Amino acid sequence: MNATTTSALAQRRPQNGAQARLAETPVISVRNLNFYYGNFHALKNITVDIHRHAITAFIGPSGCGKSTLLRCFNRMFELYPEQRAQGELLLEDRNILGEGVDAIALRAAVGMVFQKPTPFPMSIYDNIAFGVSLHERLARRDMDQRVEWALRRAALWDEVKDILQQSGMSLSGGQQQRLCIARGIAVKPRVMLFDEPTSALDPISTAKIEELLDELKTDFTIAIVTHNMQQAARVSDYTAYMYLGELVEFGLTDQVFIKPAKKETEDYITGRFG
Amino acid sequence: MTLLQRRKWRNWIALALSLVAMGFGLFWLLWILLDVLRLGFGGLSVSLFTEMTPPPGGEGGLLNAIVGSFIMVGLAMLIGTPVGVLAGVYLAEYGQRGWLGSATRFINDILLSAPSIVIGLFVYALLVRQMGSFSAIAGVLALALIVVPVVVRTTDNMLILVPNSLREAAFALGAPKWKVIYVVTLRAARAGVVTGILLALARIAGETAPLLFTALSNQFWSVSLTQPMANLPVTIFKFAMSPFADWQKLAWAGVFLITIGVLAINITARVLFKEAIKR
Repeated sequence: MNATTTSALAQRRPQNGAQARLAETPVISVRNLNFYYGNFHALKNITVDIHRHAITAFIGPSGCGKSTLLRCFNRMFELYPEQRAQGELLLEDRNILGEGVDAIALRAAVGMVFQKPTPFPMSIYDNIAFGVSLHERLARRDMDQRVEWALRRAALWDEVKDILQQSGMSLSGGQQQRLCIARGIAVKPRVMLFDEPTSALDPISTAKIEELLDELKTDFTIAIVTHNMQQAARVSDYTAYMYLGELVEFGLTDQVFIKPAKKETEDYITGRFG
Repeated sequence: MTLLQRRKWRNWIALALSLVAMGFGLFWLLWILLDVLRLGFGGLSVSLFTEMTPPPGGEGGLLNAIVGSFIMVGLAMLIGTPVGVLAGVYLAEYGQRGWLGSATRFINDILLSAPSIVIGLFVYALLVRQMGSFSAIAGVLALALIVVPVVVRTTDNMLILVPNSLREAAFALGAPKWKVIYVVTLRAARAGVVTGILLALARIAGETAPLLFTALSNQFWSVSLTQPMANLPVTIFKFAMSPFADWQKLAWAGVFLITIGVLAINITARVLFKEAIKR
């Protein structure tokens, strides 16, 4: 246990019932998932659960497969024909890797925020309305309300309420990332995936987004990939440590960081490796 | 000589060579521009825009040629732009893998560098011979065939420049592919695509060879697409080669109009492209 991780754990917000949730049915259950980039075996027999209204963090050195795993949850990988996944990935008991699963409907239920902020080349308002209108027909007034709701939830409303018609690209990096979060939650998904959402942001923007994650878990189930162990320690309820395509350890964040079951995990989080 | 001195010398020589090369290019360009301005400006008058091309020795203007050029260039852009943009979208968004995309891209590059006279002759054999006479529609087709590869290439290039993360973000919201392309990627590449269209416009505005075998020219007012149609480039060609002083003067005025027009289009394209880079 090194000093920075200890202080990160000290900053943790209280976890309400993370222990109890282990007993509930998870939102996403991964069972024996294998993933291939062409011939490269990138994920090996992954079995893990993502619990409701909690934040699950995936940590591990670069290339360990954590982003790959996240991209299975919304079938992002199928944009690339040489990538394929085998095994079971149950979203509320439905295997989303099976035949006949509509990717569009799936992505309405499982949203994603990426490493680099990616505002669309349109107004702030339209950035949010675009996603909503893909799945719902809303009257103008309802859409206005939805846009405001999403921007408030993403803690961006006060900064942009007077410039909704300005280009989303005119915002700062941190604001853009919160816009992307607002855009994702506006669709009202059940799960939100975050793929290193703060690695392109400054510390202040990062702190804002971490705070936001904590607020969002009351409405959404969250999975986050992060390079930053302190971040995982600060925000998550559960942590999964991955290495070379395998899931080494999964458990309550407190346990994984304070008393890891495996030697490899301990080496990684204490900075002796990785 | 120390290493630093040598490096400074080398830098100086490279800079000098570049400046000389730039000067060489600019010298001719400016000369051409100045000559066009000097000789063309004198030919400008109201009658240029109100009267038809005259017989030798007569009074007249370039009205029919100006209108003819507008009609043919406009129609060619109307045909060539959608075809070019759609084909560019196919290449960038659908044809990245597979043989059809790379084959199309290769053939498009050949078309892009094909001499315009070849395209003129092709349309001559295809349309003019079949119809039995030169016609504006044949001119439109020849010009459109020049527009297509230019627009395909720029659309393709500009769409490929759009970062994949933007596409993924749109897919992640549950957008179907066509919406990702037409609402997000094409919009992100908009300024670049429009620049390509404007460059194609600038290119065909001054093309002579493809019109020589197709629309030919017309001494008189005609807006019929099945008849030969007057146009600026061929009129300039004809008048400039003639021994008549007043025809030559009109030719210079025509050159002036085209140069200014193309210059304006190019500047617009520049400004738009700058905006595209900024965003």
